[in-house]
Amino acid sequence: MTRELEYAYGVVRDTGAPDPLPPGVLGVAGGPVRAVRHRGLAVLASPVPAEEFEEGPLRARLEDLAWLEEVARAHQRVVNAAGAVGCVVPVGMATVCRGEEGLRRMLEEGHPRFTGALDRLEGRVEWGVKVYAGPVGAEAAAGGPAPAPAGAPSPPPAKASSRGLSGRDYLRRRTAQRRAQEQRWQRAEDGARLVHETLAGLAERARLHPPQDGRLSGVTDRNVLNAAYLVPHEHSEGFAARVRELADRLAGLRVELTGPWAPYSFVAPDPADRARAAS
Amino acid sequence: MGERDPLTTERGPGGPTGAPGPAAGAAPYGSSGREPSGFGSRGLASPGQGSSGYYGLAGSGDSANLADILERVLDKGVVIAGDIRINLLDIELLTIKLRLVVASVDKAKEMGIDWWERDPALSSRARGRELDGGDGGNTGGEDRP
Repeated sequence: MTRELEYAYGVVRDTGAPDPLPPGVLGVAGGPVRAVRHRGLAVLASPVPAEEFEEGPLRARLEDLAWLEEVARAHQRVVNAAGAVGCVVPVGMATVCRGEEGLRRMLEEGHPRFTGALDRLEGRVEWGVKVYAGPVGAEAAAGGPAPAPAGAPSPPPAKASSRGLSGRDYLRRRTAQRRAQEQRWQRAEDGARLVHETLAGLAERARLHPPQDGRLSGVTDRNVLNAAYLVPHEHSEGFAARVRELADRLAGLRVELTGPWAPYSFVAPDPADRARAAS
Repeated sequence: MGERDPLTTERGPGGPTGAPGPAAGAAPYGSSGREPSGFGSRGLASPGQGSSGYYGLAGSGDSANLADILERVLDKGVVIAGDIRINLLDIELLTIKLRLVVASVDKAKEMGIDWWERDPALSSRARGRELDGGDGGNTGGEDRP
């Protein structure tokens, strides 16, 4: 019952090689990562302390963003290291088993899914692309119609004497501001759409993630597109070049490329494939 | 529950780029040694990760955006039950998930991105929450003297 808890990171093919990881990779809580093998698969895992990873404490800890960050980064580090050597199918964070026996049981249960994913994802990487609507100032500088900020030096219909605006002027100004804001969003939306459609056309698969909240990402600009693209490894450079082109074309928008990542967002089969297979 | 992947945007079969290149057996991620990210062209932000070394995989540096890491590590990847029964259906993770998106839902909706409505994990939980939120709905109302 009290077998040691094992934290699982991801699954690779068991090629018979002595170790599917570069030496010295440390996992969550500093534990040494190793491979546990079963039926042609190997799960990368490391022991973790029960006082953090038993069910009760784990639930509590997941609420703790600092703890979560540490574990998430460690998880990502191990998946990365494995991805450098070959194809890895990551498992979700906080997948914890009891002893090596538990890990093998997991491999047994997930065998078809893991082998299917490994077959599909071999030689592919994931690229992340985000589009942000820049701040108003940047947009104006980029040549967009600038919404006249309060106190702008040259307001054309300006009888606005030093005292207050007339009611009609006020309304007019509000309308103009609102219209400018709408145009800004419209442009951001069109830009995001263009980026997504173009890149989805280049990628094998595409997936939209929810836009990121600035409170977590630390980015103040508004995230209007957050997408992931599955790209054959050898097409990566072309893909990145295309992203750069798009970025240059889209005034007032900021395009961010991250990756390559292990194919986290694509471990599930493409529903389109499944539909084809079924018909 | 719905087995389909709620976030996948489907392209027509085939697609303009034609057949994917052969996997060629070996080629791990990023073995080209080039770093396609981090070009400094106008408007293109570099991901800000540290040098990703010969792996070429992002996020190895500790500077990768936490939001980028969390959204992958938390609920992408294969979701499979370990022996410790905690997974994405757990409310704690949902909280985080909501935290990730809450400020942007309206905008996403406008763009036609409605992943959360078809995300079985999220919507079932959200439903559960609503019920809980009823506070003393069907089963509650236990008046202790």
